[in-house]
Formats: sequence, structure tokens, C-alpha cells
Amino acid sequence: MPNILAVLEVRGGALRKGANELVAAARRLADVNGETVDALVCGPASVAADGLGAAGADRVLQGTHADFAHYAPDGIAAVVAAIGAPYRAVMVAATATGKDLAPRLAARLNAPCAMDVTAVDLQGDAIRVVRPVYAGKALQTVDLRGLAVIAVRPGAYATVAPGRPGVAESVAVPSFTQRLAVEPVRGSDKGSLDVAEARVVIAGGRGLGDPKHFALLEDLAAAFGGEAAVGASRAVVDAGWAEHGAQVGQTGKTVAPELYIAIGISGAIQHLAGMRTAKVIVAVNRDKDAPIFKVADYGIVGDLFDVVPALTAAVKTAKAH
Amino acid sequence: MKIAVCLRRVPDTTAKIVIGPSGTVIDETGVKFVPNPYDEYALEAAIALKERAGSGETVVVALGPDNVQETLRTALAMGMDRAVHLQGAASADGLENARVLADHLRGGSYDLLLFGKLAVDDYGQQTGAMVAELLELPCATAVTHLAIEGGRAKVEREVEGGVEAASCALPAVFTCDKGLNNPRLPSLKGIMAAKKKPLDITPVTVAAGRVTVVSLALPPERAAGRIVGEGAAAVPALMQILTNDAKVL
Ligand SMILES: Cc1cc2nc3c(=O)[nH]c(=O)nc-3n(C[C@H](O)[C@H](O)[C@H](O)COP(=O)(O)OP(=O)(O)OC[C@H]3O[C@@H](n4cnc5c(N)ncnc54)[C@H](O)[C@@H]3O)c2cc1C
Ligand SMILES: Nc1ncnc2c1ncn2[C@@H]1O[C@H](COP(=O)(O)O)[C@@H](O)[C@H]1O
Repeated sequence: MPNILAVLEVRGGALRKGANELVAAARRLADVNGETVDALVCGPASVAADGLGAAGADRVLQGTHADFAHYAPDGIAAVVAAIGAPYRAVMVAATATGKDLAPRLAARLNAPCAMDVTAVDLQGDAIRVVRPVYAGKALQTVDLRGLAVIAVRPGAYATVAPGRPGVAESVAVPSFTQRLAVEPVRGSDKGSLDVAEARVVIAGGRGLGDPKHFALLEDLAAAFGGEAAVGASRAVVDAGWAEHGAQVGQTGKTVAPELYIAIGISGAIQHLAGMRTAKVIVAVNRDKDAPIFKVADYGIVGDLFDVVPALTAAVKTAKAH
Repeated sequence: MKIAVCLRRVPDTTAKIVIGPSGTVIDETGVKFVPNPYDEYALEAAIALKERAGSGETVVVALGPDNVQETLRTALAMGMDRAVHLQGAASADGLENARVLADHLRGGSYDLLLFGKLAVDDYGQQTGAMVAELLELPCATAVTHLAIEGGRAKVEREVEGGVEAASCALPAVFTCDKGLNNPRLPSLKGIMAAKKKPLDITPVTVAAGRVTVVSLALPPERAAGRIVGEGAAAVPALMQILTNDAKVL
């Protein structure tokens, strides 16, 4: 019987935060036909993977190798090439690393590959996926026949906890040539949450008037207690007020947080391309006709210097309860 | 240094997307087509690397129908030396396109194969890395920094919450991201010169592959939102909604 292989991401000796969500997505697909989920963890032996059963994995396959201390695309591809063929689908999270890995796995397994998938189901023998194309201006539904590699967009799946055994097994790592030598990620240990992965995104635009006013957004993000990241429009990234990694939109990141708060952002079409799939959108803008209010679920018309501190105080109070 | 850049013709990113009558592709009426923006970073990198080396050859390759020749001419006008049109219809299965590109590039004695990180039409995000695997070459995707020295490449790429550096021997495959460089615009002289540069046409057959586009649709409109109120006085009402209705706090 065909089953699902979820290839999990390891960084700094630990599973990355999207692991449970990916396993949940794999679980959902597997349950359509009563299939099983194998979670593959390629990393140092010390990676704590015992929570994956609770997240929905029937088996946890661990591949350890001296070169797996950090991302080793050639090594992971060798493991998946060795064990992947019998599966129905190989799934990864559509993160920077997952998107780097997925096409390599697809080429090695001679399988089609679908990126940024927001919905996945079975359609007869094919896997049917939905994915945004044209910078999110359209949604494409495609059928993939045979074994397929699917990169699931973070935030698209709720984590479920159907409680599976999560039996740990080690998997042989075939010998491989490390064609690309990857160094450890710099900067990830600063604890700064990435906009693409945060549950809450507080995004600022030119309305802030000055880079130092980003502190207002940092304060609001801090009030959410480690769940929120600060994002930015391109206008302020180009002006050097915020880092490129914080840019949301067509030429920046696509985010799908539960809550997106746009502050002093007009809502240009290219910005909307990156955040329109957020669950709840709140906008603060002093111009009641700003286009952002057309996509925002809830808006406050007003001066951000007045509204944001009040909001920060209110969130702090709410979180304290 | 011999460098190939794979180039795709795509609708301008500001184009309004209208779904065509087939329901699986866009209506191209009135849509302006341009070189894929991420491929422009690849073209700029190739041209600049050759300029710095003082010798070598830069080749731009596009797979598609005859209209890709116009896009190839734009790349020649930017400064690429010659163009190859792999004439045939691309597949919805990126792996099949990668195979055709890889078959052409194999044996070309290239030191570097450059791609865009993604095509802004299909958002496939796969072609470069697939070509690398098919050719068994080292590959890094979405690079924002690329330095070549002594037959090796050093690259950087942005990952969530940080930067990842990597290195490898040449030949190698890289896909290019925004931030790598500032692509030059074709000069008038470049445009004139492009008309005389070689553009070779090679007919190819792309297998259908295992991907079928079932439908293309506009995303559902978000339900109309509402203005909660004005100024700081509206914050308590917003908090009520976020806590009780939207349940996101
Ligand atoms: C090819 C292309 C790609 C692009 N990609 C992106 C992208 O990825 N991401 C992106 O964001 N943009 C992108 N853009 C740019 C986009 O078109 C807009 O220019 C940009 O999003 C505007 O940024 P902004 O909303 O911060 O600034 P503005 O449009 O200047 O808006 C500022 C807003 O702040 C409000 N404001 C001012 N002062 C206050 C105050 N005191 N209190 C409350 N509100 C206030 C104003 O009413 C206004 O609505 C792209 C453009 C192109 C052509
Ligand atoms: N038809 C094509 N011809 C040449 N290169 C292509 C073609 N399609 C994609 N590419 C290359 O592959 C990159 C990524 O495309 P994609 O995988 O479709 O997102 C593009 O930026 C191009 O460099």
C-alpha cells in the first residue's frame, strides 16, 4: 500500500517549528485511504523527535551522519532516493530549505514536484493540489500522477493530534558525495522570528515616517509574547528602514499568519500578493480610503502614533489575563 | 568562463490576471511579456562575471514557442553573446522541461549554469535544482550573493531567520534571487548589436509528463471588512472582536 513520507527540517540540532504541521498535513492525506505516515529526520543523533508520533507519524525514521550537523541537501537527497520510491508522496514544508530540497528529491525519484501547496487531496490515483501562481493573483489546481513531491506552504494546515505510535527506526544513510558544502545558518539563534513563520505579523510601511518608529511595532510584537514578527512593505525596505528578509509581498515573502496587522501601509496590489491569505487582517491607516481597508477584516482609521501604543497596552493587558 | 542562463518569457508582473476560456491558462490578450525578473539577476551575473574575467562566453537558452525569441533578443541586448531557442511547447511538469534543458546543456562545457529562483507565472521554483540533479552538478538555490574564485563558488542564501553560506567546485548550478545584483537595462547600442548576434533554433520535443492542470481560478475575494472606529478610542472594540469573534488572541 502506498504511504506518505514527510521529510522534516532540522536546524541547529533540533526539528524546525513547522515539523508538526507538516506531519499533520501528511496525516490528513494518508487518512483519505487509511495509509501510514513515515517522518524522516536527517540530523545528528541528538535530534529530539519523540513528539512526532503525537503529531501524527506512524513511524519516525532517523538518518544520522557526520555531515548532517546542518543542512546537507546531497545527503538527504541520497537517503530519500534510496527509500522514497515505494511511497505515494514525499512531503516537505515549503520553507527556504524545503523549496531547495523538493526539486532535488523530485529529480532523483523521477517524480513531479508541486511547490507552495495550500490544499492536497486524492483524486482517483492522482494527488490533487491547489497552489498559488502569478504572485497569488490566481490559484492553480493540478493533478500529479504517480509518486509526487509536494512542498506544503507553512500555515496552510492546522496541527492535529490523532496520536500515533511514532515508532522510532533508524534508516541507513547511503554513501553520498557532498557536492555543496553548506555552513550553519548565521543569525538564526538571535531568536528573531521570521515573518513567514510567525503566528502574528505586525507590518509597517511608509506611514511610520522614520526608521526609529519601527520600535513601536517591536513593542506591539513583544506584547504578543514571542508569537509575533515584524514585517515591512517594500517602500520601507528599499528605503533601508527594514531588512529585506522582513519584506512582505510579491517580491518579498508570502505570509499566511493567523493575524496580520498592517500599520501605515497603503495596501498596494504587490503588497497584498504577500499577505491576502492571512486568516485575519487588521489595518491601521489615517486615510479612510486607503486600499488596505478593502482587504482588511477590521480597520481603524487614525494616526498610528495614537493607535499603536494603545493597542500595545491592550494586548499586554489581554495577555496578562 | 563559459556561462549559460536559462530564460523564461513571462507576463509582466503588473499585468491583471484574467482567466482564459479554457479555464486552465490566462487570457493573454493585451498582456505584455517580459524576461522573468529573477532571470534578469542571472543574466546580469553572467554578463558581469564574463566582463570581470575578460574572456569567455555567455549563452542564453529559452524553451518555448517562437515568441521566446523576442525575449532572447532582450537578453542579447543586455549583453549576452548568443542565444539558443529550444523550440517546442513546455510541459506543465517542470521535470520534463528540466530534462530538455539538461539534455541541451549537457556536453556544453559550461562552468556555470544560472537560473531564476522562480518563474513569476507558474511559481514552479524547481527547474534549476532539477537540472543540477539531472546533470549531477552541485547546486544552491535562491542565492543573493555569488563569488567565483579559483574554480570554486561561494554563495549566500536567505533562509527563515538568517543567512546560509555554502561553497562548491565548478561547474555548478545556481538559481538567483533578488538582492544578487542590479540588472542593467539594454543600451541602445546593445539593442542594435543584439540584432546581429547568433540565435540558433533547435527543435525539441517535451514529454507531457505527469502533471495535468485541472483549473486556474482567481482567488476567492475576501469578505468585505469593516471599519471598527477611529483613533485610539477604537482599540477596545477591536480587542473585543479579536478576542471573541476572530479568536486570534
Ligand atoms: C514589480 C513590483 C514589485 C513590488 N513588490 C512589492 C512587495 O513585495 N511588497 C510591497 O510592500 N510592495 C511592493 N511593491 C511596491 C508597492 O507598489 C508599493 O509602492 C508599496 O507597497 C508601498 O509601501 P507603503 O504602503 O509602505 O507606502 P505608501 O504607499 O506610501 O503608504 C503609506 C501609508 O501610510 C499611511 N500613513 C501615513 N502616515 C500615517 C500615520 N501617521 N498614521 C497612519 N497611517 C499613516 C498613508 O495613508 C498611506 O496609506 C512593488 C512594486 C512593483 C512595481
Ligand atoms: N521554458 C523555459 N526555458 C528556459 N528556462 C526556463 C524555462 N522555464 C523555467 N526556466 C528557468 O527556470 C527558472 C525557474 O522556473 P520555475 O521552476 O518554473 O519557477 C526560471 O527562472 C528560468 O531560469
